Amino acid sequence: MEFLSYLISGISLGSVYAIIALGYTMVYGIAKMLNFAHGDVIMVGGYISFCATSYLELPAWLSLLLAMAVCTALGVVIEGLAYKPLRQATSLAVLITAIGVSYFLQNAALLIWGASPKGFAPIIPATNAQEEPNALQLFGGQVSISYISLLTMGACIVIMLALTFFTGQTKLGKAMRACSEDKGAAQLMGINVNRTISVTFAIGSALAAMAGVLLCSFTTSLMPTTGSMPGIKAFTAAVFGGIGSIPGAFLGGILLGIIESLAKAYISTQLANAILFAVLIIVLLVRPSGLLGKYVPEKV
Amino acid sequence: MKKLIGRIKGLKKTTKVDFATYLGVILAFVLFTVLRDRGLLNRSITGMLVPICAYIVMAVSLNLTVGILGELSLGHAGFMSVGAFSGVIAAQSLQAAVPSAPARLAIAILVGAVFAAVAGTIVGVPVLRLRGDYLAIVTLAFGEIIKELITCLLVAWDSRGLHMAFNLNGSLTINDIGMEPGGMAIIKGAQGATGTETIASFTAGFILIMITLVIVLNLVRSRAGRAIMALRDNRIAAESVGINVTKYKMMAFVTSAALAGAAGALYGLNYSNLTASKFSFDTSILVLVYVVLGGLGNMWGSIIAAAVLYFLPEALREFKDYRMLVYAVVLILVMLATNDSRIKALAGRILPKRKGAKDNG
Amino acid sequence: MKKKSLAAMLMAGAMCLSLLASCASDPGSTGSPAPSQAPSQGTQESQPAGEPSQGSEPSATGASGTFKLGGIGPLTGENAIYGKAAMNGAQIAVDEINAMGGDVKLEFDPQDDVGDPETALNAYNNLLDDGMQVLVGTVTTGPAITVSAQARQDRVFAMTPSASSTDVTAGKDNMFQVCFTDPNQGITSADYIAENLPDAKVAIIYRNDDAYSQGIRDTFVAEYTGKGKEVVNEGTFTKDTQTDFSVQLTAAKNAGADLIFLPIYYQPASVILAQAKAMNYAPTFFGVDGMDGILTMEGFDTSLAEGVMLMTPFNAWGTDELTKSFVTKYEDTYGETPNQFAADGYDAVYAIYTALNAAGCTGDMSAAEICEALVAVMPTIGVDGLTGTGMTWSSNGEVAKAPVVVTIQGGIYVTQ
Repeated sequence: MEFLSYLISGISLGSVYAIIALGYTMVYGIAKMLNFAHGDVIMVGGYISFCATSYLELPAWLSLLLAMAVCTALGVVIEGLAYKPLRQATSLAVLITAIGVSYFLQNAALLIWGASPKGFAPIIPATNAQEEPNALQLFGGQVSISYISLLTMGACIVIMLALTFFTGQTKLGKAMRACSEDKGAAQLMGINVNRTISVTFAIGSALAAMAGVLLCSFTTSLMPTTGSMPGIKAFTAAVFGGIGSIPGAFLGGILLGIIESLAKAYISTQLANAILFAVLIIVLLVRPSGLLGKYVPEKV
Repeated sequence: MKKLIGRIKGLKKTTKVDFATYLGVILAFVLFTVLRDRGLLNRSITGMLVPICAYIVMAVSLNLTVGILGELSLGHAGFMSVGAFSGVIAAQSLQAAVPSAPARLAIAILVGAVFAAVAGTIVGVPVLRLRGDYLAIVTLAFGEIIKELITCLLVAWDSRGLHMAFNLNGSLTINDIGMEPGGMAIIKGAQGATGTETIASFTAGFILIMITLVIVLNLVRSRAGRAIMALRDNRIAAESVGINVTKYKMMAFVTSAALAGAAGALYGLNYSNLTASKFSFDTSILVLVYVVLGGLGNMWGSIIAAAVLYFLPEALREFKDYRMLVYAVVLILVMLATNDSRIKALAGRILPKRKGAKDNG
Repeated sequence: MKKKSLAAMLMAGAMCLSLLASCASDPGSTGSPAPSQAPSQGTQESQPAGEPSQGSEPSATGASGTFKLGGIGPLTGENAIYGKAAMNGAQIAVDEINAMGGDVKLEFDPQDDVGDPETALNAYNNLLDDGMQVLVGTVTTGPAITVSAQARQDRVFAMTPSASSTDVTAGKDNMFQVCFTDPNQGITSADYIAENLPDAKVAIIYRNDDAYSQGIRDTFVAEYTGKGKEVVNEGTFTKDTQTDFSVQLTAAKNAGADLIFLPIYYQPASVILAQAKAMNYAPTFFGVDGMDGILTMEGFDTSLAEGVMLMTPFNAWGTDELTKSFVTKYEDTYGETPNQFAADGYDAVYAIYTALNAAGCTGDMSAAEICEALVAVMPTIGVDGLTGTGMTWSSNGEVAKAPVVVTIQGGIYVTQ
């Protein structure tokens, strides 16, 4: 029973990682760049939602939409100003620029919203009006899953299916895959590569905003550095599952959460991260392209 | 004199660049030493000399991995961490045995380099099979693992020798490891190395940079170095002409790790407090920024980029709260400018002349 | 060189000794009894600057001139909340002193260290270049250890608002603390719980990559188990895992704990409170000074903190004139309720001001001269500040003041 409750808290944590990793892997898969600023877009999404609910007193769902709208715009602006001019540059140059953007967003948030952490009211409150936990009780209350975790898991699955459908079936999605395979050839086939990549960023940023609201609902607090560690963990999750693969990001995120939670419970809370990263290394040694990644053999 | 100039002119271009690099470092060292001894340097700059030396060595060594070997490493600070803590332990433990501070510093740097080389071998053997972003993430993971392991480490020294404990479940403290009263705590878990005697000096930093340059430049210009660059440019082609992939990859990777360890030891002995969290992902990224801005494979570029970019946030102190924001903007703008085709064309027209002048001087 | 290493050995020895001493001695009874004639800062508008201080220097005639105070703390990065608060509090004190129109004028220059020893040392050198005479800082422990070692060599007087490790002051005669030391807090909390909540089954959740948290936990456990009591469960977390505490809380719940000791800062504490509530687990939470600030965290549901006990030196809802005037000024200037870091920063400046007066320093003295003068008078002065009345300092740099345990009721602190 104890094991089950640890497992469930692992899955809820994992679904937060997964939802961030989905945005990460999407941008990576199409634009072939490691967007280290993704975690900070999440943080901005969290702040927008926080402001909308506590200053404008908007309902939670509206604040989520607002956060998504703002982050989409932000993503497109960042892409246009910082990444687009580097389309022909080396991937390392883009990586460093992304880090610059990440510093910029963090410090801008520090100036705008201050250094004090903000308490974030979860989009589903932890308890209902009768002071009972808003959670699904199993086995006579021995195991409980909060509704916010259920919502995160649900959102995660829906996003994964939607993204799989979008990239697989729609015209724009196919254009994205074409860009991912070969930018030059895609251009020759009449695909507007620049616009496609911009759209990718827009979608990625909207997902980041959603992830931000769910992450903050989970952790109930918000700081300018909120996004950095989840960002790195989500990057790890994306690699774990095979970067560029949408189901892989989902699987990687969930597994990462479970490993972290079980390592904390049964081995050492101190070394939870070390154990998590050690498992990652071992998995990558056995499957060098991640769990669901495509192995591309080198050709001469 | 004429003969000498003639001989210099007759050298290969790369050799000329290398000599210019050595000469530049020596001149900078002499300049700063003279200025400092005459009291013309303010404290702020004097205080930055040692960390700048450490970061220059870090940048040059990372350039070996990223620029010459062509593998992206995001965990270089992990090797620095290994070197820093093993160096600090060595230096603190030998306080009685080796009274001379410079000698102790030299031993500490050597110990740091050896331990980091061992760590580099352990990480390198399995990891170098991976490629690209997968290698990057594993090096990142390695850096994070080192950070957490050192946070759990307790080390103390007394007359009976070194005591160590690994604080796995958080219940141990420095008092639990059987140290005699009057013994010296060296590493206290979360608090890191505390009360370290700061014996690092600018001269030592300069010597370390020179040694690093000699090792790296000679490696790069040697047969082995050409083999490593062949691997970078086309692994399959290199393999087909009989280059041993594992051997040369390991050679570059372990050398790079050892130098980072040496830099770590120098760095660690410059501060009386050192925590494992200092050597996080952010520090790895910082050094990577130096390397990329200095130019991949370009050692003197790394040196200048490290020195300038280390100084930049300090120079921006007058911006107060906006300091790091300005730093971020500068970083982005520099990346955009260095990759802008128009600016590149412009620089291409100006640079060759200047480069030529530098080489001859 | 030899001399230097000898000095370092002595320093290390002294450090260990003082560590042992501070563990062994009973808090509150360290140091000599407080000298009378504590210049009470809240009502000292009319106090003549030259009021003689008790103690070894009867010839002191009050300070005069302009003094340059430097401040170092994290103004950016993840610890910015602490550095900003401390520097803002110090700024208010400086403005007050300047507004008094006395002979003493203060200039204050706060600098950023991002909570990193390396940057702190750079900031310190920078401040010295600008002519700093006395240092208010640094705010966090790691940088404070590094900077104080350098300040000892340079003979610069330093007063940290909030760096609470004993390593900050150990072996450095010119480094003083406004806050309680970590061992002090651990021991006091353990004594309080053992005495007032004798039946509690105690669990601890602490951050093991943080010197502050680990330090308090170590002395707490030593003191508490020394009394024949048992800690039923311990959970740890690190900076990188402070988003999810469900595992630690489940373990504590399964171990039957009904009191959780939280020697951590309020941001992770707020997460723990929310997650415990979501789990329907309601033990008593007991925090230390780092918990202060939780009620004023924007957006925090204060009902979650109902019944939380904490040991804090500062109560923003205090009814004394000094606290009220400070809180009003702080809220007007910075738009938020001050926490204990702000109060510590404020007290640090007043302590320096009192000491400057007691030593009769003048603005044209060098940093080293001021340092020697202040080191001599520090054990003789007393300050009534926001974080304690009748604060006195022992010559090893530690402060003596009475800790207060409060319970949160209805969104404010209620003194026990």
